[in-house]
Amino acid sequence: MITTKPRHARAILRIAACVLLLAAPARASEASADKPNPEMDRKAFQAFFFAKFPRVAKDEFGNGPYAVNEGVRKQWKEIMEFPPYEFALDDGKAEWVKPFANGKHYADCFDNKGEGVRQTYPRFIRETGQVETLEGAINRCRVENGEKPLEPMTGLMASLTAVMAESSQGKPFAITIPDDPRALNAYERGKEFFYTRKGQLGVSCASCHMSPAGERMRGDILAPALGILAAMPIYRSDWGAMGTTIRRISTCSSQTRAVPLAADDEDYRNLEYFLSYMSNGIPIVGPGTRP
Amino acid sequence: MRNARFAVFGLVAVFGLAAPPLSARADDVADGQKLALDRAKGNCLACHTLKGGDAPSSVGRELADMKRRFPRRADLVEILTDEAMRNPLAPMPRFGRNHVLTPAEIEEIIDFLYTL
Repeated sequence: MITTKPRHARAILRIAACVLLLAAPARASEASADKPNPEMDRKAFQAFFFAKFPRVAKDEFGNGPYAVNEGVRKQWKEIMEFPPYEFALDDGKAEWVKPFANGKHYADCFDNKGEGVRQTYPRFIRETGQVETLEGAINRCRVENGEKPLEPMTGLMASLTAVMAESSQGKPFAITIPDDPRALNAYERGKEFFYTRKGQLGVSCASCHMSPAGERMRGDILAPALGILAAMPIYRSDWGAMGTTIRRISTCSSQTRAVPLAADDEDYRNLEYFLSYMSNGIPIVGPGTRP
Repeated sequence: MRNARFAVFGLVAVFGLAAPPLSARADDVADGQKLALDRAKGNCLACHTLKGGDAPSSVGRELADMKRRFPRRADLVEILTDEAMRNPLAPMPRFGRNHVLTPAEIEEIIDFLYTL
């Protein structure tokens, strides 16, 4: 048996203690710094906007500019006497009940026949390891039933998502991030996209939709990022037509002088996943109308 | 020797006469205003109000009283070149850094800004 002199034993104990003390904080900070915490992010994100707009009720945030500016709100109320998206709802309802060539219907592809489910999209799909938007789910439904996918930015796609949004009015966003590292990664990448400066103008989504929310950019009021997708799809006067989430996002890319990505690009889907999760608890108000 | 001296003298005279006058200010201010209002260039009215503009933008501060507020011209150069470098949260586009505006255009815009 090896015996050590007391002096050596104390030295060894000291070295061992130092190693343990130095290692422990590193592991602790590793745990908090590297592992994403979407709930913590969401609470901070919402607290920022509730503090910035103390007179805006939580349920109002889905109305974007109309929630934060009295002047445009009045104009909006007048427009809403004859909502400009009514034609889209009519088209959407007619399309929804039409069977595919194989006899199946859109309702067969969705939980609860597609009624009152819009607020759960985008979803992380374990089988593909990818985020799927509502438009993606509609097109997957079509393709799996032998139909061609729809152009995802306007037209029939916007009409169908308008119908699904209307059936979810008042339901709060309820996006889930399953305990799957790929889902957490998709969320983190969406968050990164939101905060990263890009395009020739070198601005991020956050540059305009966080601190400057509520301010005027020429004739427009900048919408707060909180609830920014709750009114989708929208009839936008500027387009004279309906547009889905992806239409608005890719327009924004162009406006910041970035080359828009493909409509189903993973970055856009992850961005929508992040933005929607940040709005968990904010009710759906769609379909909507914007200047 | 004398020919060389004459040649040099001649060249200096020609270039001296051809050089622009020290204050081309009025031209620079006018060019700067055009750049500031051009939507493809400064597009300043997208975010700022300024005298002579017609947009009620409020993202940035009103561009007024500029000589008093920005006595150091170099500060305005930095802001127009890359304000994000000074303030990571700035909504200001990175005009100079990303070649939306050339350094010469930035100088002309500043000449215009100093008249506000």
